[in-house]
Amino acid sequence: MPAKNSKLARPTPARLKEEILKKYPPKVARKRAKQILINEALENDTPEITANVRTIPGIITMRGCTYAGCKGVIMGPTRDIVNITHGPIGCGFYSWLTRRNQTDASAPDAHNYMTYCFSTDMQDKDIIFGGEKKLEQAIQEAYDLFHPKGIAIFATCPVGLIGDDIHAVAAKMKRKLGDCNVFAFSCEGYKGVSQSAGHHIANNQVFRHLVGQNDEPKPGEYKISLLGEYNIGGDGFEIDRILKKCGITNIATFSGNSSYDQFASAHTADLNAVMCHRSINYVADMLEIKFGIPWVKVNFIGAEATSKSLRKIAQYFGERKLIDRVEEVIAEELPPVKAVAEEVRPRTEGKTAMLFVGGSRAHHYQELFKELGMQTISAGYEFAHRDDYEGRHVLPNLQVDADSRNIEEIEVHPDESRHNPRKSEAEMTELTEAGLKFKEYDGMIPDMNPGAMVIDDLNQYEAEKMVEMLKPDIFCAGIKEKFSIQKLGIPMKQLHSYDSGGPYAGFRGAVNFYHEIDRLVNSRVWGYMKAPWQENPELSATYVWE
Amino acid sequence: MLLRHTPKEINERRALTINPAKTCQPIGAMYAALGVHGCLPHSHGSQGCCAYHRSALTRHYKEPISAGTSSFTEGASVFGGQANLLQAIDNMFTVYEPEVVAVHTTCLSETIGDDLPQIIDKAGKDGKIPAGKHVIYANTPSYVGSHVTGFSNMVKGMARMAESGGHKNGKVNVIPGWVEPADMEEIKRLAGLIGVGIILFPDTSGILNGPLSGEFKMFPEGGVTIEQLKSAGDSIGTLALGEWCSADAARYLDTNNKVPCRVLDIPIGLKATDRFVDALRIIAGVSVPEEVTHERGQLVDMISDMHQYFYHKTVALAGDPDQLIALTEFLVSIDMWPIHIVSGTPGKAFVGRIKELTADLPCQVNVKSDRNADMFLLHQWIKQQPVDLLIGNSYLKYISRDEDIPLVRWGFPILDRVGHQYFPTVGYKGGLRLLEKILTAILDRKDRDDTEQAFELVM
Repeated sequence: MPAKNSKLARPTPARLKEEILKKYPPKVARKRAKQILINEALENDTPEITANVRTIPGIITMRGCTYAGCKGVIMGPTRDIVNITHGPIGCGFYSWLTRRNQTDASAPDAHNYMTYCFSTDMQDKDIIFGGEKKLEQAIQEAYDLFHPKGIAIFATCPVGLIGDDIHAVAAKMKRKLGDCNVFAFSCEGYKGVSQSAGHHIANNQVFRHLVGQNDEPKPGEYKISLLGEYNIGGDGFEIDRILKKCGITNIATFSGNSSYDQFASAHTADLNAVMCHRSINYVADMLEIKFGIPWVKVNFIGAEATSKSLRKIAQYFGERKLIDRVEEVIAEELPPVKAVAEEVRPRTEGKTAMLFVGGSRAHHYQELFKELGMQTISAGYEFAHRDDYEGRHVLPNLQVDADSRNIEEIEVHPDESRHNPRKSEAEMTELTEAGLKFKEYDGMIPDMNPGAMVIDDLNQYEAEKMVEMLKPDIFCAGIKEKFSIQKLGIPMKQLHSYDSGGPYAGFRGAVNFYHEIDRLVNSRVWGYMKAPWQENPELSATYVWE
Repeated sequence: MLLRHTPKEINERRALTINPAKTCQPIGAMYAALGVHGCLPHSHGSQGCCAYHRSALTRHYKEPISAGTSSFTEGASVFGGQANLLQAIDNMFTVYEPEVVAVHTTCLSETIGDDLPQIIDKAGKDGKIPAGKHVIYANTPSYVGSHVTGFSNMVKGMARMAESGGHKNGKVNVIPGWVEPADMEEIKRLAGLIGVGIILFPDTSGILNGPLSGEFKMFPEGGVTIEQLKSAGDSIGTLALGEWCSADAARYLDTNNKVPCRVLDIPIGLKATDRFVDALRIIAGVSVPEEVTHERGQLVDMISDMHQYFYHKTVALAGDPDQLIALTEFLVSIDMWPIHIVSGTPGKAFVGRIKELTADLPCQVNVKSDRNADMFLLHQWIKQQPVDLLIGNSYLKYISRDEDIPLVRWGFPILDRVGHQYFPTVGYKGGLRLLEKILTAILDRKDRDDTEQAFELVM
């Protein structure tokens, strides 16, 4: 079946934007207009988009809250810390095993608390009289039951409002227990404008309370940490497999398949490789300032991107042994992946995709679609900032509004005894001149086609309009969006939790993704929307009997 | 082992809930509101609440769940959420054009004390509610009760729409409780067979088990209409199915609209369905048609056919009070022994009812409700006294795997299987489905465990 050319019927981006905005009350329309961008060639600049601003009340957003970003996303995948939600039961319940981060707790003495939901289950009397005593007691009970290395406390909305000092409680219990690191996160859901604030609050505390706790050098060569990889559907396992095969040692992943000890040793890595720029770029900066570890942006989504990222890491270490090994691994791993892409491609070539997810995935996954010959006609992030769209060069000019001011920025200084520049200035200059870009990310927009629509914080109404008018062959977002899109007869792929699939990272992940997209866009089910009598309603005069 | 840290020995916990057998009020209010025709639920709180509830409901029902949020920021949390809610009401009626917006609160808006009736009144006066459209509401503080309480509160919010016009409408209000859309459909079918006109609220059938046809209808055909809710004040009476989910609304109609009520159990299993059918027959003054008696006979037939496999098998249950009461009665009625039962939802009467239903079992029955009754405790009970079968939501699969006990998924949420939204477990037909599931679980296990000598074709 030849891929359909749906371009012919497509309205122009400008008309589409106008069409979307016209339904809104004027104030809403003005605000949304700045978050809907048509990718046009400007002379020297990437067009500017508004991002990381408040969602308008009553508009059905994809976004979640700060607690979700903190407890769910960043701390969720860490297996051996007891995560206690301080609040009414809901927040703990909804973040219990719902994100599909896998973990490997198969070591005989490994702790794994990810299957548990811990909550202080605050009642009305706790709201009235304060919940600090109950929190203390809950920490004690968790300690008595499990004796974990760490206990983390997460604040929910009412905790901030009633003024429970969770940090004081944590400090007190840490002193009292002696052999358990107790720390807290002020991640009340109302802070910030999206999950992104929660990532920041989580990462700050990880940096403050966990990173640097263990100076003992870990064995292995070419030590890196992987930042912003959450092991959804086993992505991190596949990346670890490839790294290991190349002889690269992964000291710590922030935070897929992570453990307390990994964070504690993270400062002993010699390079930080940043996957999800949005959720963690500031940690990479802090690690560089405090310990002297440079960072590069990588992307293990897509076979080509994976190869490129491996070469970047090899180039950084600069040793022939590693460079050759990486080339060997690529030479071994890439051809079978390409063979699958070639096999699938005739069925996917020329088809179109829309991606509205995350703070990096809507960019990264365009790679995989490209490898299938598919075009991303519209994309946007749920909780990203302008730098994720336009590149890090906009960072100095970012406006700090009331909402971002509320999120703590840790001031970091070089560690007196442990700051150790991994490369001399001359070496860094040489590497930069050789094309290795440090601390650099150009964002999503430069990679998108002219005329593509880039939409920040897309909502349900806009999603429906976009699908109706542009008729993509596949739409990617999260679980909340899944079925309203599929009701329209368009396959929908979850790119937060991957439906039940994965891994999609690395080489084997790319193969999984090719097959999954092939399955979705070519499923027979999309041809069953109308019954025969709906397609041919007129009654013929007689029924033809045998 | 996935729950490797759960010890067999039970130490009382006073402050820490582990693996809850409940969640918070607002999600119940959201589910109930989806059972009103043309209704857009609205969560007055942070974005996360709404996102979490929509995600959980979507994962369970596998259907689009549309709902708005007041998107609180730090400022709104300090100065109150009135401006956010007013703007939200305006935006929702403009952009999504619902007939009804059903607002529920969250722990955030309750803690700061936002006054919903006042804000909604202001929205009306400011012209933000178009003519002929409605805003209903429920206070659902997450730190009181559970998701079941939230459901009940929103149903009561629906009952507040009832008007008394002076003329009885000849109908019976039926409040089904938190059951699946297919269960609501089954209740309507049974009432239809018996010949009783009912007003069912909420009614999520047709909304959360809708077809795939290439069209997305944000507000599908189903659901109780505002006209029907208004008319509920003129009904002959109200049957509330379940004390926890449905009784409050029924009693409200009794007090405010002089519509008498009766609280029955959810019609799960033979006896509870018998009582429901009998009640409908007596209220309407009709004889039960042969078709219904025939269905009842089929259920009795299946119980008799399969009794050898059910007999004295022990079961552990986790879930919501109304469901567990009916299920416990059903299990006891087929000679199974439910011996460990937890519900995170508070309400002292629950333990009393379960004790009453299991009084003549020759074994000890562990039953607990409220915040300390969690799945961690259930698991510890099971470690002390193993069982043959687990019945409850998907979270029980971790206990099921660790302890190697078969699990029948039933209740909320079911995140890893489909079918629950399409096949009822209420009524006689629903009883057949439930028994089939239980039997399959037990016999699949027997087939797996039997030795080669004992493995049999005919069972």
